[in-house]
Amino acid sequence: MKTTQFLFSGFGGQGILFAGKFLAYKGLIEGKQVSWLPSYGPEMRGGTASCSVIVSDGAVGSPIVSKPDVLVAMNLPSLDRFESSVVPGGMIFADSTLIERRTARDDVKAFYVPATKLASDNGYPTLANMILLGKILAELGEFSGEGVEAALAKVISAKHADMKEVNLNALRLGAAQ
Amino acid sequence: MSEKVLMKGNEAIAEAAIRAGCRHYFGYPITPQTEIAAYMAKKMPKIGGTFLQAESEIAAINMVYGVSSAGLRVMTSSSSPGVSLKGEGLSYLAGADLPALIVNVQRGGPGLGGIQPSQSDYFQATRGGGHGDYHMIVLAPASVQEMAELTVKGFELADQYRLTSMILADGTMGQMMEPVALDDLTVAPMPEKPWATTGTGMKRPHNIVNSLFLQPEELEKFNFERYERYAKIEANEARFEEYRMDDAEICVAAFGIAARVSKNAIDEARKQGVKAGLIRPITLWPFPKAPFRRAAEHVKAMISVELSMGQMIEDVRLASECRVPVSLCNRAGGMIPSPDQVLEAILGAAKGGN
Repeated sequence: MKTTQFLFSGFGGQGILFAGKFLAYKGLIEGKQVSWLPSYGPEMRGGTASCSVIVSDGAVGSPIVSKPDVLVAMNLPSLDRFESSVVPGGMIFADSTLIERRTARDDVKAFYVPATKLASDNGYPTLANMILLGKILAELGEFSGEGVEAALAKVISAKHADMKEVNLNALRLGAAQ
Repeated sequence: MSEKVLMKGNEAIAEAAIRAGCRHYFGYPITPQTEIAAYMAKKMPKIGGTFLQAESEIAAINMVYGVSSAGLRVMTSSSSPGVSLKGEGLSYLAGADLPALIVNVQRGGPGLGGIQPSQSDYFQATRGGGHGDYHMIVLAPASVQEMAELTVKGFELADQYRLTSMILADGTMGQMMEPVALDDLTVAPMPEKPWATTGTGMKRPHNIVNSLFLQPEELEKFNFERYERYAKIEANEARFEEYRMDDAEICVAAFGIAARVSKNAIDEARKQGVKAGLIRPITLWPFPKAPFRRAAEHVKAMISVELSMGQMIEDVRLASECRVPVSLCNRAGGMIPSPDQVLEAILGAAKGGN
């Protein structure tokens, strides 16, 4: 049974919860068991948001991700706080526009994507989250999955349907990094 | 199987309540359950229902009393400190034998406490919550699907037995999203309520909904009658899930989020050669005594895993008649035990330590 545990972390407003929800929907559409759990506590009110996403072939036990297979760090406090919790052999994806240092771990695969810079250079400054996510899907070999477009349709409301194409472009841009 | 959608546990409760025929919601915002009120505020006006943000939790529970007296499905929701405020109203509902659904998405206490998940209102919920001799049916969901299913069940049991049902969830259950198949929910027709105060039409005597009985003989009679109903509930409505209990030597007892964490630990313990299993009470009152009594015949030890200083553990000891040692594995104040902590407790119990 394959289970992948994701931890997304960054500032409030970077689209951490949205990115997690997209990934959960993608899993659901592809027939997986999924859970999504946001931080809602005092740390969120201090400006840091995180969310746990689990995608599994079997039933999901605890929805709390304390040892992520994949850590997505969108700011330095997130990398500082969570890099030691990643399982050996796991993956770290960092927004290198906002995080200058590299991870101290040598037993994980680390990917540094200047997501915030790429986002603003390409005209969608709010989609650094989706650029990182594109990279993650590409590295996991899951970008081609049928779920990508279907999941976008689920997380983007009909009112903002025009944003679907833009989000897809951001995902593709990330995947190409 | 119908299409599954991702929903927060809080939203699933609200949607399930509407599908169960609830058209009256009264509440007052408090983290971590505010999404219930927000969902009702959006939906109720569109379907001819009532959403009302009361001036306080006390006002909200008394509005519930009013609507229930008229024979309609009604609910309120809150989190720990807010539920304490509702305590008087819960007792009055019991004294007047009124059905209603109360949701407590628990947070750390005592006092104003914090806003993170907790299970420390177990005593309050399972022993009634207010003054006097009474019980509520207490349902403890462990998934978003169950948040929806047990909401429907809560309304049905409340109407069937004329008492209050409580959904006892926690911040994690309220905030997390999981796939829910809402179209799989089935709702039984609402029973007749000949006691409701809906007007006599000049054809019958007045119905009176009341909890004041100054003659002790009369008040005692109602208490005994109510406990006859409670005995039926205890005999018929205890619900639980057993997970890998068949050959278990260590029995973990846990509900809600603690049960989810425990399943991870149990799977890991079995990988390490320790036969562990889980009994997950789904009804906390009535407490499912039978599976614990059965397990006491073949397990070496029991562990109660709780997000509290140890409350359900008393019921686990009573149900297992203290035939095996029962230890506590817990966090409190808004913290959640990790699978590793539960695993350590299981391995420790297997070695014979406590």
